[in-house]
Amino acid sequence: MDSNRSLIGRSPFGGAGTAAVVAVPALFLAYFFLYPVATITYRGLTTDGRFNPAVLGDILSDPTLQGVAAFTLWQAVISTVLTVLAGLPAAWIFARFDFPGKSLMRAATLVPFVLPTLVVGTAFLALIGPRGVTGVDLTGTLAIIVIAHVFYNYAIVVRGVGTYWERIDPSLEEAARSLGASRTQAFRTITLPLLRPAIASTSALVFLFSFTSFGVILLLGDIHHSTIEVEIWRQTTAYLRLDIASTLAVMQLIGVGLILMLYGRYQMRTTVQFSHRASLPPRPANRHERTAVWSILGISGALVGLPLGILIARSMMQPQGGIGFANYLNLFRLTAKSGAFVHPVEAIVNSLSFAVIAAVIGVTIGVLASAGLSYARPRVARTFDLLVMLPLGTSAVTIGFGFLVALDWPVDLRTSLILIPIAHALVAIPFVVRTISPSMGSVQHHLREAAATLGATPAKAWWTIDLRLVSRSILVGGAFAFAISMGEFGATSFITRPDTPTIPIAIFRLLGHPGSTPFGAAVALSVLLMFITGIAVLIIDSLRRPTAGEL
Amino acid sequence: MNRRLLRTASAFVATLLVATACTSDSKPDKIVLLTHDSFALSEGTLEAFTEKTGVTVSVHTARDAGTMLNQAILTLDNPIADVIYGIDNAFLSRAIDAGLFIPYTAEAIDTVDPLLRVPGDIVTPINFGDVCVNYDIEGLDTLGIPAPQTLEDLLDPTYDGLLAVQDPATSSPGLAFLLATIVAFPEGTDYDWRAYWTDLFANGVVVTSDWSEAYYTRFTRAGGGQPLVVSYASSPPAEVFFGELSQAPTGVMTQGCFRQIEYAGILKGTEHESAARQLIDFLLSQSVQEDIPLNMFVYPANRDAALPEVFTLFATLPENPAVMAPDTIRENRERWIREWTAIARS
Repeated sequence: MDSNRSLIGRSPFGGAGTAAVVAVPALFLAYFFLYPVATITYRGLTTDGRFNPAVLGDILSDPTLQGVAAFTLWQAVISTVLTVLAGLPAAWIFARFDFPGKSLMRAATLVPFVLPTLVVGTAFLALIGPRGVTGVDLTGTLAIIVIAHVFYNYAIVVRGVGTYWERIDPSLEEAARSLGASRTQAFRTITLPLLRPAIASTSALVFLFSFTSFGVILLLGDIHHSTIEVEIWRQTTAYLRLDIASTLAVMQLIGVGLILMLYGRYQMRTTVQFSHRASLPPRPANRHERTAVWSILGISGALVGLPLGILIARSMMQPQGGIGFANYLNLFRLTAKSGAFVHPVEAIVNSLSFAVIAAVIGVTIGVLASAGLSYARPRVARTFDLLVMLPLGTSAVTIGFGFLVALDWPVDLRTSLILIPIAHALVAIPFVVRTISPSMGSVQHHLREAAATLGATPAKAWWTIDLRLVSRSILVGGAFAFAISMGEFGATSFITRPDTPTIPIAIFRLLGHPGSTPFGAAVALSVLLMFITGIAVLIIDSLRRPTAGEL
Repeated sequence: MNRRLLRTASAFVATLLVATACTSDSKPDKIVLLTHDSFALSEGTLEAFTEKTGVTVSVHTARDAGTMLNQAILTLDNPIADVIYGIDNAFLSRAIDAGLFIPYTAEAIDTVDPLLRVPGDIVTPINFGDVCVNYDIEGLDTLGIPAPQTLEDLLDPTYDGLLAVQDPATSSPGLAFLLATIVAFPEGTDYDWRAYWTDLFANGVVVTSDWSEAYYTRFTRAGGGQPLVVSYASSPPAEVFFGELSQAPTGVMTQGCFRQIEYAGILKGTEHESAARQLIDFLLSQSVQEDIPLNMFVYPANRDAALPEVFTLFATLPENPAVMAPDTIRENRERWIREWTAIARS
């Protein structure tokens, strides 16, 4: 394998070309991320242009905040480990087998991503709350927080690792088995090492998501369980203490940065080459395989499907009793009754528009960034990788307020609608990059050279060879970007926006008014959000069917 | 008499200012109103302002009042809006200290209860509402216990584990309820609010991060375990209105309430001050004031505004809600929340 290493990861554009490819995403991130975040933290950390070190002392000596920092790290580590463990078996069956309803289930894994925490929370509480049907009350425990994180982030592992896995040639494992290795041995010695880049990639994403968790912690945690992210918000809104909030935000960024650097060093060493296969996976062949596939599907179904099923059932339970579509009709009736609510069609149109724009921005910047990462010199690549990932580890308050204080130069963008899809794209870009770059790094150089000998320019060769080969990963990344935008309620809620309510905002408004009618309508709108996202993801997924030209 | 004189004088000065300002204050096509996500008016209401003045109102919303105030303070040098609406009495002093506003005495200010007004008319009161403990009538019936009447009742073992409140650090009704208990059990007395909350926690009070979580996961009406929840005095009429019910399913404990007042103000640095004044006048005008209750479920500040039937029939306006000077709140809010948090975490 080592002999091949020199053949992969070489830039098809030459030095200047690579610099140009890196420049676009770098400038984008510098203007829409580094500059706003630096401006707001500078504002927070200084008084009249002077740094005030007393705040740092206050924070470091506050035992509550120390506890918060420790809990943030601890719950993120557990959540990441459990999400990866829960996701790998499902990634395996999605990569290796064909079964009825596969594409539907694949799309369904992404649905939790977009659902508002309070709505999901009510489903969780119906199962494992004080009056849950299971009889187990997990409220206010670490367990319920971790379970919710697994539920939300499951798709990252299933889809991220799964896409990579299905392109690893199964004959490698078969060869090992024919030489007498057991299934476990073959997995451990062949497949697992090959999967490592994808596992490292996705677990970093899961970690960042759990580390900066906000809604889940507010709802399912109690006053004893708080994360740095929640604390930043608390300091900002309750105490108006921008200085403490900024210091915490910087500490969070440093923590995230350190973890990413450690992981980056690890990941750089694990990129490997493998064959690209495009044959459709077979149906489970024997009883063993069938049992494995169906039991894994059953567990995944329970994890993702049960809370979603409860929501669908709830949306059909009418406020006046009985089963029917009253909650859906009430979405329209309530809008007519009071200006407090958003017309569902308006919210859907707004959300879809933002999501499409965010996906386009996210994929464009993400592909260029991945190319840059794959072809730049290792040291540059490592720094750049950090820059790409950091927005995911940055508090939503910091990004939202950063836009506000920084983006009036050179043009005043502070209240521009474009900031909403851009904020969504900032969260989506790491996903796009994480799904694309393991594949892009593995494209074999000689394929491109072959194209070049046939007269293609480097850019043309890259466009026709590399992009085609990673097109599946691009679509997976695009689906993530779309779903993130449909459900995002973090940074966007801290941006001042001209009144263009999205579906999550419409749900938020319904949940701000008392009564079973607004609540029922909120659940109904969440289910609509679920279906709209599911259908959109199905469409995006269906584009990934292998075409004749694919290798 | 004196007051009228003062008003005439101030109106004169105002006219002068407008006249001089008019040279630079050309009539804009559009002004920006910064507000929070609970802001709502019926369709066509703001369009009436455009018809009258030729100026369009662009509404920019922030997630909540705290976020909105932070945004206004952060953009003090280069404001993103001309008028801000929705700052409440808990945050008011902080906003005034930051120097956010240009004072303005609204045309219809005499229709407003003087108790709601701010010295110097730095900002204009637009609406108010009361935060009170609500109870689920059916939920209490099932348990066979009466509704509590006072804050002291909530310490009774009868109500052990039956009350859900919001964290004052993250929720505005949560903070209002804390302030109500501080007014009822003042500092410096034998039994102060700290003692009260220590006992309340001993009696199993449940804390949530925000109103929605309390009302939709803890309240017995939503299938939770607590038939008592901190909410608004206007929640029962809202239940009736949205659910098209014939009677309110919930009731209000009229003792231990806290009055929240929301203000509108002209942001310093606006280039459209005269249009901003017109907008403040418009917000306090009878047509907008009568539109407020069914859109935001609060009471109009203008006493001439007629209340909708659902309010007159199903709302209870507490007689003596707790009020607190904005200055007192500013000086103590952070310390109170920290002390409350320490009690809650112990």
